[in-house]
Amino acid sequence: MSLIEVEGLSRSFTVRRRSGRFRRTTDVVAAVRDLSFSVERGEMVGYIGPNGAGKSTTIKMLTGVLVPSSGHISVAGIDPSRSRVELTRRIGVVFGQRTTLWWDLPLRDSFDLLRRIYRVDTERHRRNLAEFTELLDLGDLLDTPVRQLSLGQRMRGDIAAALLHDPEILYLDEPTIGLDVISKGRLREFLRRVNAERQVTLLLTTHDLQDIEQLCRRVMVIDHGSLVYDGTLSGLHDEGSSTRTLVVDLVDEAPAIEVPGATVSRIEGPRQWLSFPAGASAAPVVAAVAAAYDVADLSIQEPDIEAVIRQIYSRG
Amino acid sequence: MAERVRNDLRAFAILAGMWIRVSWTYRTSFVVLTFSSLVITGVDFVAIVIMFTNVDSLGGFGLGRIAFLYGATAVCLGLADLVVGNVERLGRHVRMGTFDAMMIRPVGVLAQVCANEFALRRLGRIAQAVFIFSWSLTVVHVDWNPARIAVAVSMVVSGSLIFGALFVLGATFQFVSNDASEVANAFTYGGNTMTQYPLTIYPSEVVKTLTFLVPVGFVNWYPALFILGLPDPFGLPSALQLAGPLAAAVLCILAAVAWRHGVRHYRSTGS
Repeated sequence: MSLIEVEGLSRSFTVRRRSGRFRRTTDVVAAVRDLSFSVERGEMVGYIGPNGAGKSTTIKMLTGVLVPSSGHISVAGIDPSRSRVELTRRIGVVFGQRTTLWWDLPLRDSFDLLRRIYRVDTERHRRNLAEFTELLDLGDLLDTPVRQLSLGQRMRGDIAAALLHDPEILYLDEPTIGLDVISKGRLREFLRRVNAERQVTLLLTTHDLQDIEQLCRRVMVIDHGSLVYDGTLSGLHDEGSSTRTLVVDLVDEAPAIEVPGATVSRIEGPRQWLSFPAGASAAPVVAAVAAAYDVADLSIQEPDIEAVIRQIYSRG
Repeated sequence: MAERVRNDLRAFAILAGMWIRVSWTYRTSFVVLTFSSLVITGVDFVAIVIMFTNVDSLGGFGLGRIAFLYGATAVCLGLADLVVGNVERLGRHVRMGTFDAMMIRPVGVLAQVCANEFALRRLGRIAQAVFIFSWSLTVVHVDWNPARIAVAVSMVVSGSLIFGALFVLGATFQFVSNDASEVANAFTYGGNTMTQYPLTIYPSEVVKTLTFLVPVGFVNWYPALFILGLPDPFGLPSALQLAGPLAAAVLCILAAVAWRHGVRHYRSTGS
């Protein structure tokens, strides 16, 4: 059995809105519809989708915060909505937008409180805390109240807090939101380590596709509450029928280049952009262009994943 | 189930202890707040004393017996407020997303909501109530026997549970509407204000409401009749005088069911 199993999961919300001076109408909005997937132990899965696609709603159902409208979930063999409290010991959750720590307490006290609530034995806590303090560079922050921490510092504190009780699964909802490039890099490095060394299964939602490119072999794309892609990152390119672009600088201005297997998408003076399928080799195209035209320079642009995903969204 | 309750009580103690330590770092502020709450609630009873300079009895009750009723309900409300009063901030936790954070901890959410920002300064109100109750016992004549002692003890326990359950019941409205905290206050503080006086001053419809609908009459009125050895002025069955624990149990079960329902239908906030 997989560590996380989701089948036919749906969640809708009733939304009341004013329609006229006193009248109100009730709409049922489906946030997640008929979602099915499974995650194996040790995987790192990226969960992406535009705002309001249902990412957070899914995470909240996986953690037991929200009760599904229909469908079945099993996390580590536990039904989250039935045995939420039992499940909490086996999972760690980081809500990027807000802290799960105590605002007025120094990090150290927050951690100690969690140790007592989760009943982690003192020795194990000491060891974990020492490791996270070093890897997340928390040494100077332990005695600072959470409210005085910067966003990046707080995020590191939150991630340490979510891992102190040695969970099997770590859910991260937008962990890199609002962080600078260096902080993001350090965080990704840490998550990779947690996954590799502690065999913690990671499921992260993000807007930042670099998170996915650097961390996750597997991507799930959700749009309007439905799963539109589930597979490898490289497979996403094929799925999106994405194209690579050959940028050709000709010696002189010329009409649109005509070679088999590629089409001109743009012309600017002597520079022309030729698109060809991402799956095809660039060599024959380059050879054909070089044989027929006077070429000053050539370069190839790889498809960017954002464009691919935009394409998937617009198609779904 | 019992394991679950023990775990929640333990966590409550840990979290409340932490908030006490936090408030103790601002010692002066703590002392001033506790003292001022003692004074403010004290002034409340002074008003009743002043009233008694003009009248000898109210609804057939003298100052001593009124102090007994006043002290009893105030002790119960004070204890309930100390332990579960913070549940009225539920709506804020939902809005701020702290409720989500509580749901991912291995502790019942009710215990966490109640323990959050636990304020020991509320002891000021309880101290005033205990003082007035004790004073009333020196004035009022009670033929103490084991049954009356037992009812007196159960009065404090059941009364606190009744107010506590009302706090929780009222708070569950905030799962539906985030700013419904006044609903609970109408029943708890409102009920307390009404039961400070002998129910004989109210028409019998009100008394029935306070017995069967919002059973705050069981907080102090019925046990007081038993302890003071008075016949029921409304001719209601004397069994009611011993029914406090039952009323408390029913209300607690209702509150637990409503709370559970609220949590299961919790909608969280965006993102």
